[in-house]
Amino acid sequence: MTFYQTIAEGLFFAFILLVILGSILTIRTKILMHTVLGLAVAFLGTAGIYFYLGSMFLTLMQILIYVGAICIVLVFGIMVGYTPTEVADKTIKDWRNKFLAIFSATTAFLLLIACVLKTDWVPALAENRDFSITHLGEEFLYTYCLAFELISIVLLVAIIGSIILARGGREDEYKTIEHLRSAKGNYPNDDAQ
Amino acid sequence: MMMLSNNLNTYLILGVFLLVAGIYGLIQHKSFIGMLVSTELVLNGAGVNFMAFNRFLAPDPAVGQVITLFIMGIAAAEAAIVVSFILAVFRRYQSIDPNEVKELHG
Repeated sequence: MTFYQTIAEGLFFAFILLVILGSILTIRTKILMHTVLGLAVAFLGTAGIYFYLGSMFLTLMQILIYVGAICIVLVFGIMVGYTPTEVADKTIKDWRNKFLAIFSATTAFLLLIACVLKTDWVPALAENRDFSITHLGEEFLYTYCLAFELISIVLLVAIIGSIILARGGREDEYKTIEHLRSAKGNYPNDDAQ
Repeated sequence: MMMLSNNLNTYLILGVFLLVAGIYGLIQHKSFIGMLVSTELVLNGAGVNFMAFNRFLAPDPAVGQVITLFIMGIAAAEAAIVVSFILAVFRRYQSIDPNEVKELHG
């Protein structure tokens, strides 16, 4: 193994470490802002993994879409309904949830690892090692044209739907809050929209 | 010495780890935002798996990239929709704790 290969392996391990530490921070912390920060770190590590898997384009897309867009949307969601002390104080006292989480996660991990290690993976015969963006674009516009158009429709519907959902009930927002304050602990059963 | 970055199993185990971390977070988080974040981890693990199979096994290396890009698009749409759900739920219940939103609880 040459000097440069050693450096490449070291960088690969650094990226794997980023993914693992980021996801552990994501699932273990009780402060929601730290959750999203851990998610961003894990996504950056995954972008490096995509680079090692030979796709520069997906590396850039991962950073643009996940770190740049989805994490910002999540921070917006946190801004809506979140007070730091309330969530931090609310420790995980429900031991049943934690037991279920550990049990299902360990079971799934062991089963899937056994599957991965026991299977004999056979590469396909016709090898075509063209990772270029030109080839990817041609595939998008010829072979997967219908799926490409459908995903744009799905995105359009999602955007319009989220705008409608987020706007609904804005007029009587103050009325609802006053109603909640006057009748504490009693959620309004009538249609708030 | 065998290089780990040129071995399919390394990437598959990383994908399994991301999936399992997502499942763990989905069960034990105490807010809708935390559950949404864990879902993103699961989708990311799926993307890593597709890219690994694409690099080592697939006959045409564009297929896995196309599927991973679709996963990213679906994840973006899902995040936008769920955040607006959270907004609507917070407006009605003044809380993002799943335990407090139980009007339809049996």
